This record gives sequence, C-alpha cells and structure tokens, in this order.
Amino acid sequence: MLRGAGRFTDDIELPGLLHAAFLRSPIAHARLKRIDTAATRTLPGVRGIFTFADLRRILTCDRIPLATPAPAIRFNVDPTCLAVDELCYVGEPIAIVVAESRALAEDAVNAIALDFEPLPVVVDPHAGLEPGAPKARLDCPGNLVAHQVMKYGDIDSAFARAALRIKERFHLHKGGGHSIEARGVVARFDRIEDLLTVWDGTQMPHRAKTMLVACLGLSENQVRVIAPDVGGGFGPKAVFHPEELAVPAAALLVGAPVKWIEDRLENFTATVQERDQDWRVEVAATADGKLLGIRGRLCHDHGAATPYGVALPHNAATNVIGPYVLPAFELEIALCLTNKVPAVPIRGAGRPQGTFVMEMLLDRIAAELSLPRDEVRRRNFIAPEQMPYTIPIVQRDGTMMTYDCGDYPECQRRLLETAGWTAFPARQEAARREGRWIGLGLANYLEATGRGPFESASVRIAPSGAIFVATGATAQGQGVETMLAQLVAESLGVSPQSIRVTAGDTGATLRGLGAFASRQTVTAGNAVHRAAGIVAEKVRKAAAAMLEVAPEDLELVDGMVRVKGVPEMKRSLAEIARVFNGVPGFALPGKLPPGLDATVELEAYGLTYTNGAHAVEAEVDIETGAVRLNRYVVIHDCGRVINPMIVEGQVHGAVVHGIGMTLLEWMRYDASGQPLSVTYADYLLPTADVLPRIEVHHMETPTPMNPLGVKGAAESGTIAAPAAIVSAIEDALAPLGVRIRELPLTPARLRALIRAAKRPGDSL
Amino acid sequence: MKPAPFTYHCPETLGEALELLARLENVRVLAGGQSLMPMLNLRLVAPDHLVDLGRIEELVGIEQTADGLALGAMTTQRAIERSALVRERCPLLSEAIEHVGHQQTRNRGTIGGSLCHLDPAAELPLVAAALDATLVAVSKSGQRRIRFADFPAGYLTSQLRHDEIVTRVEFPALRAGTGWAFVELARRPADFAIAAAAALLTVDSADTIRDARIAVGGLGPAPLRIAAAEQALIGQKYRDGLLASAGAAVAACPAEGDALYPSDYRRELAGVMAKRALEKAAGRARSAAYV
Repeated sequence: MLRGAGRFTDDIELPGLLHAAFLRSPIAHARLKRIDTAATRTLPGVRGIFTFADLRRILTCDRIPLATPAPAIRFNVDPTCLAVDELCYVGEPIAIVVAESRALAEDAVNAIALDFEPLPVVVDPHAGLEPGAPKARLDCPGNLVAHQVMKYGDIDSAFARAALRIKERFHLHKGGGHSIEARGVVARFDRIEDLLTVWDGTQMPHRAKTMLVACLGLSENQVRVIAPDVGGGFGPKAVFHPEELAVPAAALLVGAPVKWIEDRLENFTATVQERDQDWRVEVAATADGKLLGIRGRLCHDHGAATPYGVALPHNAATNVIGPYVLPAFELEIALCLTNKVPAVPIRGAGRPQGTFVMEMLLDRIAAELSLPRDEVRRRNFIAPEQMPYTIPIVQRDGTMMTYDCGDYPECQRRLLETAGWTAFPARQEAARREGRWIGLGLANYLEATGRGPFESASVRIAPSGAIFVATGATAQGQGVETMLAQLVAESLGVSPQSIRVTAGDTGATLRGLGAFASRQTVTAGNAVHRAAGIVAEKVRKAAAAMLEVAPEDLELVDGMVRVKGVPEMKRSLAEIARVFNGVPGFALPGKLPPGLDATVELEAYGLTYTNGAHAVEAEVDIETGAVRLNRYVVIHDCGRVINPMIVEGQVHGAVVHGIGMTLLEWMRYDASGQPLSVTYADYLLPTADVLPRIEVHHMETPTPMNPLGVKGAAESGTIAAPAAIVSAIEDALAPLGVRIRELPLTPARLRALIRAAKRPGDSL
Repeated sequence: MKPAPFTYHCPETLGEALELLARLENVRVLAGGQSLMPMLNLRLVAPDHLVDLGRIEELVGIEQTADGLALGAMTTQRAIERSALVRERCPLLSEAIEHVGHQQTRNRGTIGGSLCHLDPAAELPLVAAALDATLVAVSKSGQRRIRFADFPAGYLTSQLRHDEIVTRVEFPALRAGTGWAFVELARRPADFAIAAAAALLTVDSADTIRDARIAVGGLGPAPLRIAAAEQALIGQKYRDGLLASAGAAVAACPAEGDALYPSDYRRELAGVMAKRALEKAAGRARSAAYV
C-alpha cells in the first residue's frame, strides 16, 4: 500500500472502458415532468444516455429491495436506481451518461434539459411531523416513516417518587463518513465467461451481489462483486446506493465496461449521511443522585428513503443507558421522512448522540446536587459483580440487550488518575487568574459490537505451500487482513507475511456479511481462528500418519510440523498439502479426508460490549467562542487486544471523528433543502493542526462470548467524544453557567451562549 | 468535477499575454490556480480561454524600492514567506502570509492572483488595504497605477478591465517607531478567516500615538480601513483601555452575516481581532520607540 501498489476501484483499467456521470436532481422536491436528452446524444464521445425508462428494459424490479424487517417501520421506502417521476432530494440520480471520458460525460450531463415542477419540501423533521405539513414523498402515506416506543420499568412511579427532575432538549448533529476515497463502481459483462463482474468500493459485497441478482434478473453464478482496496468505509459504503445498480445496468446496455468514480460534490450530496436528531428528555433521580428513570422523545431526520432500516436511531436510543443502572426508561422514537439524502449509521452510528444525552443529564444532576461529576457517575455504575447485566430491551437478533462483561468503575478510576482529575481544580483556578478559561470533561460509554448473525472464513494450505484465507468480511483500511493473517499465523506456526487474505470477493466465499457494527474481529476473527484451528488439527493428524507418530507429539513451527524434542523428524506444510492433494488410485495416509482446508461460518448471537472512558481538557477563548483541546485521554476496553497498533489507530481515528462531530463538521441545508456545505472549504474536517495529543490506555476484560475474548474497536472512540468535550467546555465556563444543547458547537454558537450567560455588571 | 472545455494558453512574455487578452473573448487569467482550478472543476466558472501567467518570468520577483518594497504579481506566497527582505521591509506581510492556505497551496498561489481574486476573507487583500498598497495594471494600451483602496468593485470583483493584468504590487515602507500585527480567527489554521485584522501603530518616545491604521476583513465583500477607529487613536497618549475603545469602534461597523456567522458575531469578532492586533502592534511599537 505504501509503495503505491494498492489497487483501488479507480485503478482498475479495462480495454474499452467507458466512463459514467450522473445527472442529479438540482432541487429537493419536485415532480419530474420531462428529461430531454436529444441535444446530448449527438455530442462527441457519448456512447449512451439512460433514464429510468431506458434501464427498466433490463430491470426485473422497479425498486431496489433493501427493506429490512424492522417492526418500527410503518412503510419501507426502497429507492429506485434513477428517479422515476418524483425528485426527493438534491443529488438524487436522474440519468446516467456513458462516454469515452468522464469530462465528456459531464459535458453531456450539462446538455440534458430537465423539466420539473417544484413541490413543497420537508427539511426540518419536527416541522415535517406537524399536522398539515407537506409530504416529503408523494408516493408515501405520510412523513412518519417509523415509530417506536422503547420502554421498560415503571416510568411513572420513577418520576412520581423522584426528588430531582430535570428536563432538557438537545439538538444533535453528526455529518458524513468522508472517506478519503469516495464511492466507485466498475462493471464489466464478459460474454465468454457469462459473468457480470462488478468492482465496487463497498463494505458489503455479498449484499451488493444479492441486489444485482434481484434487480438484473441474473443468476448467482453470473454475478461477482469484488471490493478491491477501499480507501475508508465508515458506514456509508455499507449501504447499497442507486449508482451500484445503475452503472452495471448501463454497462449491460452499452455492451462495454463502464467506470463511475464518485466526485466529492456527489459524495456530499448523494452519499448517505447521519445528520440531525432532536431529543426532548427528562431525568428523574433521587436526592443522592441515583438515576430513577429517563423519558422523552427522539425525533430523527431520516431522509428520503429507508435503505438501512432504523439501526441509527435505535443505537442512539439504547446507548442512552450506557454503563449505568437505569431502572426505568421510556423513549418515543419518531422518524420523519425529509427531502434529503437518506440518513444511515456512520462510524459511531447514533451512539455518540445517545451517550451525549445520558452524560449531559448526569452533569446536570451533579450541578443541581452540587456533587462532583465523577461521583454522580460512581453512584450509578453497574458493578462488575452484576455481569452479565440484562436490560429488558429486545435486540434485532431477538435476544435481550445483555452486557457481557466490563469493569466500569475501574475504567473511570483509571481515567481520573491518568487525566489528573483531582489536581485539576487548582490548575483551573490558576489559569482563571491568568484570564485563561480551561475545563476538564469526562464521559463513560459502551458500544454493542460484533453484530451477527454470522461471518464466514476459510483457511487453505495449497499444495504449493501457499496459505490462503478468504472471508466474507471486508477491508477498508482497518487492518482486517493483518488481523486475520496474525490469527492464522498463530495457529499454523507460520509468519503472518506468508498468508494471503482475500476479503470482499463474492467469488471467494459462498456467503458473507462484511463491515458494519464494529464486528469483524469478533465475527471474522473468531471464524478464521476456528478454521485455522481445524486446519492445524488436520495438519497434525496428517503429519502423524505420514511420520507414524502420535498427533500430540507434533508441533507447528516455522512452516514445519515436527516431532517435539526430535526437530529433524519433520514435514513441511507444503509436503503434507501435496500428499493430501491425492495421487490417482492411491490411498491418503491414515485414510484421512483430502485437503488441508476448512470453512467456518461462525454464528454470532448476542453482542459483546466494548466500554471506555474519555477525559479532555478544553480551553475557551471567551471573547471569540473559539475552543482549543489541550489534552485527550482514553481508557479503552475492547477485551483481548489482537494487535495494539491497529486498535490504537482505530481509537485515534474515531476520537478525531468525535471531535469533528462536536466542533467542526456540519452538513448544512437551507430552508429549501439545498445542501450548503458541499466542499471541504465549507464542511470542516478535523485536521492534525487542531487536534490535541490523544493518549490511549488499554484495559483488557476478555469477553466470555467468543473464544478469542475479543470485542469490537472500530467505532467506540467516537462515542464519548462529544459528551466529554462539551462537559469540559461547560466546566471551563462554570462561573458563567453556560449550558450547551446544540452540536456542532461553532465559535458563533458558543459566543452567543457566553453573551447570553453574562451576568449583569460583567464586562465579558 | 471536470472543468467545462476551454483552450489553454501559456504565453512566455507579458506582451504575448496582453495580446491574447486583447484578442480573446471570455478569458480567465490563471495566476497560480489555487482558487481558480477548484472553481473550474466545480463549473462555477466556464471560460473559453485560460491564459496561464506561470511562465512569464518578468512577473516574478521581490525588490527593494526607495519607498518600500515591490513584488512581481506572479511571486508565489511561499517565496514571500521565505523572503528575508519582506520580513525586514514589510513584516506585516510576512506575519499575514503564514495564514494564507497551506504550505502546499502557498507553493503555487501568487500575490497577484490572491489580490485579483479578492476573496472577502483572504489575508493578502487585507494587508494591501492596511498598507495602502499600489497595484500596477498593464494592458496593450498602457499602464495605470491603482490604489488598493480603489481596487475592489464588489464581491470577488475588482475594477480591472478584461484586457488588463496586474503586474506589480508596491508596499510603502513603515515609518520609524511603527508596530505592526496581523490577527485572525479561522476555524482551522489554514482556513479563510471569519474575521481578521491588520494594525499599524506609530508611537513616539513620549508614548503618543502618531499614526494608526486598522483594516479588517470579514465584514463585507472587501477589506476595509476603519477610519473611526484610527481617528480615535491618533494623537492620543497610550493608556490602558484605549485600544479596546478602538476595537469597539470596529465592532460598531456594519457587517454582512450568513447562516453560519451572523452579522452581530462578525462585528463583535472583528472588534476583538482589531483590539488584539492593536495590542500586539502597540507592544512592538512601544518596544521599538524605547530602544
């Protein structure tokens, strides 16, 4: 990769390759009346222009069947690959142009004449659920696309006996995935092989294949989807987007391979995002700060279709509970269709919002009761002795929400010690005397990781001695291949470098799911571990038969199987693999079955909960509202750590995502649904020069849920960041009593809060 | 994000460039391309012709003049940043240029390109306003000198004619006893500023302010000198709180707001930036005056 030998979707060059560009909706909501492509067809280099009507000739269904079976969903809104007669968000694909270069294709797109009749828009999800609101889609019964009340415990009695009740309203925002490599698809139909090969920068190639089979009327053996090197996923690439069907369909119709590489403008408008959540909540607590219950309503900006169910608000809701004993909970969740690109989970996947709500409520309780923030948390932690800890909420897989293990009080204790919590007030006081406003924030969190229902892995020692691993898991730069190779190497006694891992090729695995929900080390890691264990066992038996010794007397070292204590008695893995490849007519040694390979489809039910605690020191420039983060400390417990460098990289990156969400990243729309932040000059990603040093300290509580004892680590760093940073800023501004209820916290927003909080007589 | 088709011209002399500008219709001049290239790729502009000034050597250079400093319009921001002569003769420009984009963009971006692009939040137009720079504009029909204060004609628009090229930028030298400062608030170090201020303050040995210049960016389409704030200082004996009152005069100026940074925030911030720039400039001026 570092030598430039990586192969991303855009690196794939094929003879006769054509290039696609999309005509996209310039308006958030309109009735599509006419698409006039006449002027375009005669342009130089243009090889095909397809509207929905044109593609429909080869489509076996109008809508892409993405619906997931979530009971909360009132009606599914499956997208079409190109707009039919209604435009529902800016950026929605309307037509695909195939030309000899991307530039020519874009010229042709500009020459298409579009006639549409504007319709009223739904931009704000609250307004969209008011009576009399316009419909975000005329083809749907209303805007309330999903509705659910998540509840347990006796909420009314909790509030009736509470000594303390606090109401809050939070408006939270989270932007997009913003992988370095945007999306991309290359499709080629080969008549000789009778095979449609699609290179797709996806997190879920098997799902993409299923969709292509369903929509193009091909059989499973006629479609192969390959996710080549993928430059970052972060969630959006888990969703099957309309272009992933439109490009292969166009390639079939034009009779030549077609490439589409998403540009950044398309990425901002047409790639799914996370966006807005509005929370109205109330907490009930005892006089000594113990939680009794939380109730409220979550209103979620869902966008114009339902390509990924309700996972995002569901995660947000369940993450409110976190590592605390919460006896009663009742949250109404309302999902409003809006005229924006669909909202789906992005790294962190709603959890930072849920955690923010709980942690802010705990800070409010601390302030009301004049208790230290850490003490309120200590009084509410689930104790390690209470594990496994079940909460009466049914998960997607039908199991009860159950925390498998973790020592939350110890995690916070280590955090406070590392961050210098007790010494901080003196530092803060000294800084205030110098006119510097610093604060220290903390937050605890959990993440449900390792979502099933299964993942596949196969391990094979070929007659050449080469070792192949294939998995349904996918790699977008997280280090998946390294992690899997490491696990196999450990079992087979070889070096990780000698192992070739194929991730993300439907031709290499029968089934697979892919990258989402911080799951691949848990699911694919354990699958490959088991498969490698089976192969190692087979190798021992085979070598035992060949060497006429007992399998227990053998060890696997440096690519050899040798007799313990008699190292000259050995066979190489290659020799054994050749023998077990068979010779016509001859029996295999020990009459063992042929081959040195194993395939495991590891079933994974229930979730394993990663936990952690963050502390951050923030400094506020009270005249400008600017915030600087001085130091960031993470205590992270993802069970057994397979590769510390990879885990640290994941936590660093995820914390940065969380910092961006809190202070910088803002996908803005105007009142007509036009996206306003569609370049990186307007949408601010965190850059190295605004980041603090991030210290990561591991705590290892191996889970009993899987043989490796591992939990997921990919998203967890995002989850506590907004809560910890806001807690730090409120701490810095404690003399002013500033309360922060909106993310992202821009300097203008914070300065307005400071100005409003200014007490009479102050000259701030 | 591919530009609409255009014809690329790459003249090697100023004469050839002027000839092209006089002859062609719908032309844009490429002077580094750090703003124009993204605008082309986004198809925000679609010229038929692009005239690249990048090969015209006579437009590059930094020279000392009797009255201060003169820079060829195609001098890169990076060259300015690294110039000892600029640091000595025009330290305000040195201080500001570190805020201009990233090192990578400063390698290509030019002073003439930035001044003619006239982004309302850009640093170099603000410095030109504060220092009362003079631009030399040349066309086939002759040459004229334009005070920077007269140069902006509106948002992203200068009063340059379509056949003219800015060839040279002249900055007058600072008076003895003058302190300078450039201060801005940007979300990230390389971003365009939300508000920025440049200040020049001349203080005599009796601690009396002999001259003051305050220019702010981020309030409107072009950087502005704030005469009211300057007048509030000139002739005054330096004292605590004096500069804050000049900042308040800046904050009283009208500002154009947007959804992200409303006008009251921009005004207030411009006042804070002006106050901080003045404080820094005063520190430098007073330490110079007492030497």
